[in-house]
Amino acid sequence: MEIINQMKLEFLSIPANVAFARVAVAAFASQLEFTLNDLEEIKVAVSEAVSNAIIHGYANSPDGTVRIVATLGKNSLEVRVEDDGKGIEDIKKALQPAYSSDPERTGLGFVFMQSFMESLRVDSAPGEGTRVSMVKTVNPSLSSTSYTQLEH
Amino acid sequence: MELDLEIKQDTLLVRPKGELDLVVADEFRTILENALDNRPINFLVLNLSQVSFIDSSCLGVILGRYKRLAQVNGRVSLVSAQPQVRRVLEMSGFFRIMREYSGEEEALNYIFGYRGGYDGNYQSNEA
Repeated sequence: MEIINQMKLEFLSIPANVAFARVAVAAFASQLEFTLNDLEEIKVAVSEAVSNAIIHGYANSPDGTVRIVATLGKNSLEVRVEDDGKGIEDIKKALQPAYSSDPERTGLGFVFMQSFMESLRVDSAPGEGTRVSMVKTVNPSLSSTSYTQLEH
Repeated sequence: MELDLEIKQDTLLVRPKGELDLVVADEFRTILENALDNRPINFLVLNLSQVSFIDSSCLGVILGRYKRLAQVNGRVSLVSAQPQVRRVLEMSGFFRIMREYSGEEEALNYIFGYRGGYDGNYQSNEA
C-alpha cells in the first residue's frame, strides 16, 4: 500500500478515550472519499477494538496505554489498535460470534470489526498484548455491484 | 448519561440521549436495573430516536435486560432507531428477539393490546 498519510495516537486505557479514538480515526479517514455510512462503520469498528483493549487487555485498569496507527493509502484506510495488556489465549475462540468472557457482554465486538471492515487481523499472545489490524477500502461495493450485474 | 424514564403501568419507557458506548454502559445498566428492581415491570420500551451511536458495550446492557424480562414473559421493544444505530441492531440479531416500532405510541398500543386491554388513557392521535 502506498502511504498517503498517517497518524498515531497514544492514550490511557480509560473509557472516555473510546469516543475520542473513534471520532479521531473517522475524521482522519474522511480525507478519503468514504461515505457517511462508511465513516459510521469505521467508528463502530474502532470503538470495539479500543473497548476490547480497555476491558479485556487491561481488565479495566486505567493506567494502560492504547496505541492507534491509522494509515491512508490511495483508496484505503488501515487502522491498527494495540495494547500491552494480558493478550488473548485463544484467538480463534475470541473471534467466534457471541463468544464473550463476560455474560453482560454480547460477544459481538469482533463480529462488528469483521463485518464493518474489509479485513481483520488479530495478533496476540498471553502476556504480550494484542494488535488488531483492520482495513477498509473506499467504495468496494462498486466492484461487487458490477460483478453481480455481470452474473445476470 | 442523559436519559428520561417514564413508567406506564408495568411498562418502563426509556429515552437515552447521545452515544451509547463503554463510557455510559455501567451507568445505563445501573439505571435500568434500579428501575426494574423498584417496580413490577414486564415491558421495556427503548426510544432510540436521540441515540447517535451504539456499540456492543451498550448492546450488552440491552441484551441483559432482555434476558431479565424474558424470565417474567416480558419483552423489550425498540423504537425509532436512527439508520446507523438500526444497522448495528440489525447486525446483532436484535430484531429477531425484540420488536421494532416507529414510535412509542405504536409500541405501547401493541403492548397494551397484546396483554389484553389497557385501562389507562394512552390514545392514538389517529383515533
